[in-house]
Amino acid sequence: MIDPGHGEISYAELDRLSGLLRDYLHHTGVVAGDRIGFFLPKSIDSVVSIYGILKAGAAYVPVDPGAPAARNAFIFANCGVRAVIVQQRFAETLHAELKEQGAAPELIIVADSGEAPALRNVLEGLRTQMGLAVSATHHSNPDDLAYILYTSGSTGKPKGVMLTQRNALSFLDWCSETFQLTEQDRCSSHAPLHFDLSILDIHLPIKHGAAVVLIDEKTGKDAARLAPLIAGQRITTWYSAPSILALLAQYGGLGQHDYSALRQILFAGEVFPVKHLRTLQQLLPRPRYYNLYGPTETNVCTYHEIPKPIPEQRTQPYPIGRCCSHLECRVVDEHGMPVAQGAEGELVVRGPGVTQGYWSLPEQNAKAFLADTQGDLWYRTGDLVIEDNDGNYVYLGRRDRMVKKRGYRIELGEIESCLYQHSDVEEVGVIAIPDEDYGVRIKAFVGARGEKRLSVIALKAFCAERLPNYMVPDLFVFPPRLPRTSTDKIDYQALKAL
Amino acid sequence: MSDVKEQVKRFILEEFLPGAEPEELTETTPLIAGGILDSLATMKLVTFIETTFGIKIEAHEADEDKLGTLRDIERLIQSKR
Repeated sequence: MIDPGHGEISYAELDRLSGLLRDYLHHTGVVAGDRIGFFLPKSIDSVVSIYGILKAGAAYVPVDPGAPAARNAFIFANCGVRAVIVQQRFAETLHAELKEQGAAPELIIVADSGEAPALRNVLEGLRTQMGLAVSATHHSNPDDLAYILYTSGSTGKPKGVMLTQRNALSFLDWCSETFQLTEQDRCSSHAPLHFDLSILDIHLPIKHGAAVVLIDEKTGKDAARLAPLIAGQRITTWYSAPSILALLAQYGGLGQHDYSALRQILFAGEVFPVKHLRTLQQLLPRPRYYNLYGPTETNVCTYHEIPKPIPEQRTQPYPIGRCCSHLECRVVDEHGMPVAQGAEGELVVRGPGVTQGYWSLPEQNAKAFLADTQGDLWYRTGDLVIEDNDGNYVYLGRRDRMVKKRGYRIELGEIESCLYQHSDVEEVGVIAIPDEDYGVRIKAFVGARGEKRLSVIALKAFCAERLPNYMVPDLFVFPPRLPRTSTDKIDYQALKAL
Repeated sequence: MSDVKEQVKRFILEEFLPGAEPEELTETTPLIAGGILDSLATMKLVTFIETTFGIKIEAHEADEDKLGTLRDIERLIQSKR
């Protein structure tokens, strides 16, 4: 595994260090089913943490290191983590925020920088100090929790999607079959670790003894730095959201580098505008391109290989494709009954890759699944699709108020809840508008309390303190009154027309 | 405010802060930490600065240290002219 600019680690060392973490966690009484968090930038340390936690039989809970500490503390308190592996610079604020939320997990603090991996020093120190005994790796059952990924929640708080060993392994076995990795492959890890794309990024190459090239957040957003890195690292399998691929096609100067090693490009998380996909394919004609689709709750559930070349006149996005072989997919109407081929409906999914539900949210769990006439449960994706004549699903839109921006899942309601916390705000309506450059832009309509004057800059800063940066509205509008429906709810259709 | 700062300020207001009061964007307003510039906006700003002032901004300079406020941006531009 390579962390460009910071070092690399062999499989043997990854095994040894994650073993030390396992021993320490067992020493402190961690048992199967416990949750352990980590609050680290993507690094060799964070991958050591993942495997140490799994070896101890616990589930890992990654958070966005760029998100406000209060949000991350909420996540750790919500699922009751026993310990958090945290970088020094975040530790004090996290401790204070956790205390505020009445939680006091052990904090395992690692140095901010220095020799990578910094966690090695901590673990070796602990071993010497405590005389840690070597413990056995926990033999997991398929239904044991493997990790919890928190996504934006419509009620204003993130919700934790629980994924088991079976969920992860059934998905990874499907990936093995489809993408055929070998020890010779070098795979990108572009997505952050709290994002479901990371399951493929990290675990699939490791399953096959391939190399993982970690890409830090800053490089990952910067086309000018990323383009030479992909070539220089001889990456063979790339996986990311379409937005960075679109930036690479436009600003990456891809013609200047050698991408002969690159054999497949996978993308997921949002619609890839055909204009940019075509440019990319013209610049990089050799690799195969796959559109992967699926919410965190199922990981990838459908996929489609993009035919080459993309016709000049095509503007319509490519289908999300067919159901993955380890799952079953179905399109249903509003009563949950299957629709005829070609009719619009909601995509529902079942099978070993599908989550058991959300952490401690029984009401949301009940809403998330549909029981069919045989009593089998199907996960409701909330995505409206049709099945075309070739048997591919075509994405049409959302049933609710969730949007995707740069591959991130955003509940517009969570942004509204944040803005309602501002003392000068009386009413809020947030919508997403399509945008050629940005994919979507988030537009907030905000009504002031009384005679208060609202400021775009102050509201952006207010949101930036409380939400991850991709959720900060791009545009603010201050109409005197927000349009309302006859039942006195914010009229989103009318907002779209404003 | 200097001419360089004014030009950059006008660009930021027009592109990324439609509807904002110009006097609220001061030379110390945090642009990145304050949620005004995201990664794509930063890239657009860099392209604007490069073409307007005829300088080259290296990839490693396009970060919060160098582009965090209007004052930082002015300093970066001046250092290259």
